[in-house]
Amino acid sequence: MATSEETSKVTSAELELERQASQFAITTKLDDFVAWGRKNSMWPLPYGTACCGIELMSVMGPKYDLARFGAEVVRFSPRQADLLLVAGTITEKMVPILVRIYEQMLEPKYVLSMGACASSGGFYRAYHVLQGIDKVIPVDVYVPGCPPTPEAVLDGVMSLQKMIADGHPRPWKKNWKRPDFLKNMNTQATENTIAASSEALVKTAQA
Amino acid sequence: MADYKTKEEFGDKTVTVPVADLVPYAKSLKAKGFEFLMDVCGVDYPERAKRFEVVYHFFSLANKERLRVKVEVGEGEKVPTLTGVWKGANWFERETWDMFGIEFDGHPYLERLLTHHEFKGHPLRKDYPADYQQHLSHSMPIHFQDRDNESRENFVPLNIGPSHPATHGTLRIMAELDGETINRANVEIGYLHRCFEKMAETHAYNQVIPYTDRLNYCSAPINNVAYCMAVEKMLGVEVPPKAQAMRVILMELSRIIDHIVCLGAGAVDLGALTGFFHLFTYREMVYSLFEKLCGARLTVSLTRVGGMAQNAPAGWYKDVLETCDKIEVGVKELERLLITNKIFIKRTTDVGTISKEDAINWGYTGPLLRATGVEYDLRKTQPYYMYDELDFDIPVGTTGDVYDRFLVRVEEMKQSLKIIRQVSKNIPEGDYTIRDKNIVLPEKKEVYGNIEGLMNHFMLVINGLRPPKGEIYSAVEGANGELGFYLVSDGSGRPYRLKVRPPCFAIYQSLPEQVEGGLVADVITVLGSMNVIAGELDR
Repeated sequence: MATSEETSKVTSAELELERQASQFAITTKLDDFVAWGRKNSMWPLPYGTACCGIELMSVMGPKYDLARFGAEVVRFSPRQADLLLVAGTITEKMVPILVRIYEQMLEPKYVLSMGACASSGGFYRAYHVLQGIDKVIPVDVYVPGCPPTPEAVLDGVMSLQKMIADGHPRPWKKNWKRPDFLKNMNTQATENTIAASSEALVKTAQA
Repeated sequence: MADYKTKEEFGDKTVTVPVADLVPYAKSLKAKGFEFLMDVCGVDYPERAKRFEVVYHFFSLANKERLRVKVEVGEGEKVPTLTGVWKGANWFERETWDMFGIEFDGHPYLERLLTHHEFKGHPLRKDYPADYQQHLSHSMPIHFQDRDNESRENFVPLNIGPSHPATHGTLRIMAELDGETINRANVEIGYLHRCFEKMAETHAYNQVIPYTDRLNYCSAPINNVAYCMAVEKMLGVEVPPKAQAMRVILMELSRIIDHIVCLGAGAVDLGALTGFFHLFTYREMVYSLFEKLCGARLTVSLTRVGGMAQNAPAGWYKDVLETCDKIEVGVKELERLLITNKIFIKRTTDVGTISKEDAINWGYTGPLLRATGVEYDLRKTQPYYMYDELDFDIPVGTTGDVYDRFLVRVEEMKQSLKIIRQVSKNIPEGDYTIRDKNIVLPEKKEVYGNIEGLMNHFMLVINGLRPPKGEIYSAVEGANGELGFYLVSDGSGRPYRLKVRPPCFAIYQSLPEQVEGGLVADVITVLGSMNVIAGELDR
């Protein structure tokens, strides 16, 4: 049985080690560390379709500068992006493309819905407007406004950062599946086109 | 030609022509100097024997005269196409078919334009419910207007958009490449078709104003003013001088920020990122002015039928003048950064060149038409508000290429600054709105202070303002060209039909022809110079 003197000796040795280690290392949980990295380096895909897209330009622009939150590396390829910023009205004609882009993004992926139209269809209760993108893809953060001020968008991004840091559960993402009306979405046509174009390229090169 | 039924209303002349005579009559109009076909649209009157009207708006620059021509057709009847006389009729007729189901005989490519290809029915018919949505199961593969969509040997199909950074919006361009050269091209639009015209039919006159903001969202106040002007003309009222001055300032500020987006984003596509970030500083300054005026930055909705929503805060005009000084510095810097830049000049000269005749044939207006050398600016040709008293010039180009288009826009920014300074220094005294109690809501202190005010407010909200029966076409010079509103009133509190004539709609339809035979990199240059705003294009 160790005496109290011995215990305090061990503790002080440990303390000393920790003191020395703190000068060159930090201790954390792996999950927290990964979350910290993720939240501070979100690469957005600006899916600007309408007026909100113009305000999104301001968010990226010199005055509001989204770079301050680590999200300045704008990627137009879904394969390289992890935050889908849907800014603007999504019409019925646009839905298959939006879903396709969302599906092409690699995990982990997040969606921010900017503005009234993307969130709910806004004041377009109309025959060609999707009544909110959450009908087809899972949304993590809704930013209200028509269009939202850049401050509101920054707040939305910060809310998302907090969600990532806290490891907030995301059932809407976990339970998401492609909507029924898109289940036969003709990805074949594009795949064929790509195949045809690469074939044509090869032929041209051979010629 | 005197035997046709003519009518004059609100200063607009209308001729009703039998369907069979349409093409010869249109040709005779063209010969008489009506060289512009500004707009084609349909109107649905379900209770009439011949249900539809197809309405054409012609304009003669030499005589500064407008003419409206109508044909009446029943369900299933065909109208001969005007694409043989004006190339620009193409999309306007396609849209009319899409929206009303009126067939155009001889049209080269009568397919859905704004709604998606699986859409059933014709949404602007009065019996189509405004909120009945139809889902789309897949997007269209690459297709061309000659309907030969099989991929051919030795050609590479290329799809750009609708989610592509260079389209700054929701445009889709499809091309067939022979190496770097474009063999065939086609564009598809409608990805931002938000049913503006149907929404206008289901809302009271003043409630339509916020929807107009979202047409050309880069210069929202111009749309507000253009719409309100049409309604005011119909009501037969003129807004007070102070409201006119405020409207002119707002419109010119909008013109500047619209050109900033066009130049900045156009330059980004050519690889010049600095200009974009730098110019946005100035755009933010104008936003701050709007914010000070009404609280909103982008979509201001500050006009009301009859005037403005409120007065400008103290010191606002001084702020405007100070901002003008700052923007002037920015424009000079822009000239040094871009206009005299060797790379920029090489990328834009002799690209997208178009002749005067072709431009008019397509229905070009605004900076793009002026770049070809045609002096057509509504602020001078058919002046409204105080523009005829102001000192400013209309810059024109010579060749109509992309470089000239940018030059015209830069010069227009300077002219707009000149206009704003003149107006801001001499703001007229008086009220900011008319005080007609059948048109404008009473002030809040009246509503809460006495029973007449309260009743007046109540009645106007319930009944809405009601313009007399009739129709009107009213246009202003938007940042991209002629922005026209064709309004049909049946005397009720809601517009019976509201058609927008968006400037980039006519311009953008010429893109395939402009880029065919050119290099694929030039597509982006030409597109950037057109400043196509999807909100206005698709409505």
